[in-house]
Amino acid sequence: MWMGNYETLNLFGLLIQSVLIENFILANFLGMCTYLACSTKLKTANGLGLAVVFVLGISGILNWCVHYFVTAPGALSWLSVFGIDAASVNLDFLEFLLFISVIAGFVQVLEIVIEKLAPNLYLSLGIYLPLIAVNCAILGACLFAVTRDYPFWPNLIYVFGSGLGWWLAIALIAAIREKLVISNVVPSLKGMGITFIMTGLMAMAFQGFTGIMLALPTGTSVEAVDAKTPPASQREIITA
Amino acid sequence: MADANKTNMSYLTGQLWKENQVLVAILGICSALGITNRLSVAITMGIAVSFVTACSAFFVSLLRKVTPDSVRMITQLAIISVFVIIIDQFLQAYFFSISKVLSVFIGLIITNCLVMGRMEGMAKNVTPIPAFMDGLGAGLGYAWVLFIIGAIREFFGFGQLLGIQVVPKAFYASATNPNGYENVAFMVSPPAAFFIIGCMIWIYKNFNNKQP
Repeated sequence: MWMGNYETLNLFGLLIQSVLIENFILANFLGMCTYLACSTKLKTANGLGLAVVFVLGISGILNWCVHYFVTAPGALSWLSVFGIDAASVNLDFLEFLLFISVIAGFVQVLEIVIEKLAPNLYLSLGIYLPLIAVNCAILGACLFAVTRDYPFWPNLIYVFGSGLGWWLAIALIAAIREKLVISNVVPSLKGMGITFIMTGLMAMAFQGFTGIMLALPTGTSVEAVDAKTPPASQREIITA
Repeated sequence: MADANKTNMSYLTGQLWKENQVLVAILGICSALGITNRLSVAITMGIAVSFVTACSAFFVSLLRKVTPDSVRMITQLAIISVFVIIIDQFLQAYFFSISKVLSVFIGLIITNCLVMGRMEGMAKNVTPIPAFMDGLGAGLGYAWVLFIIGAIREFFGFGQLLGIQVVPKAFYASATNPNGYENVAFMVSPPAAFFIIGCMIWIYKNFNNKQP
């Protein structure tokens, strides 16, 4: 439950995997809308990236608990303490609803806390703080983590790394877009068109990491990985 | 803008081209890029999003007068989640292989900016039937963009369409014909989707600017 098969060194590999190799924006395309809308200025991008890291880290933990104690198959067996036999109850169809509710609720609480404790930060984040709740990357990272059955600490490292990778990507594209404003771009491509092409070029650069599998527990053979349940990464669609 | 859209059909047709959610409002990009490797998957996703957006828009619009402002977003998320769960269970029951490929992306329709955008932009301001048509139009606009991206990527990346071999096997390079055709493997990888959408936005803007 806490570490599973993973050793401490594997956690480091998992961190690198989630930040660089399976970067949420450039390899998995999640969180694109906010990424495109808020990357015109580096300052906004940095603030947003930091907020995403924080929200993703905490909601990742909360959602792992929801999965482990409520929606995983056979997860309700702890109710036997109260004399209720619920080991065969399968609530996994409620997973989407519960996860998004936890995320939205946490963002709402965070908004209230930030407004009280750091009004300047609240004003500078503006509308983007509640928009983090509907950021695909948050729900996506939580769902990927439970689909892959990570124990607690690997799950934490994975969601934290996903947030860091998201922040890295948005900071990069914001810096590039600040320079693009004063460049000679074809008129019809100005704005969104050129941003997509730039992101495509960045994604190609990050593709150089493909195939490096750092996230497996020590001792897992490649055949054992192939025989497991379906991959969450979209690269594997190639052989579909 | 409610008086400009007189008929319910105009809500739908407006979303298909003039205010296409993917090419103009740049929403719904995440799933437009992530699952368009194969045309069958792209079509399934387009239909799923159309269903979810249309039905959720209808119910959000029905409840618009009784929802307090503080819980507006959570209510919308809850309604959207219900329909996403329905479509997820349906796909798992009847199209299992496709649902395995789509895996978490069906769940991600809940946070799809396109769906939320239509709820916030239209459904909570208009009556149910126009909201339904608007949601359906937004979904269909998204679906045709996905169709084109999926077709291009599957055709160039695999030489197939819907799993049927379109590029004749005889064209391919082999030991006896080393200068033959090879699939454009780049089209299967993530960056290709970015380039295709960038070019589609370019073509769309040019097309729109030429029209008076």
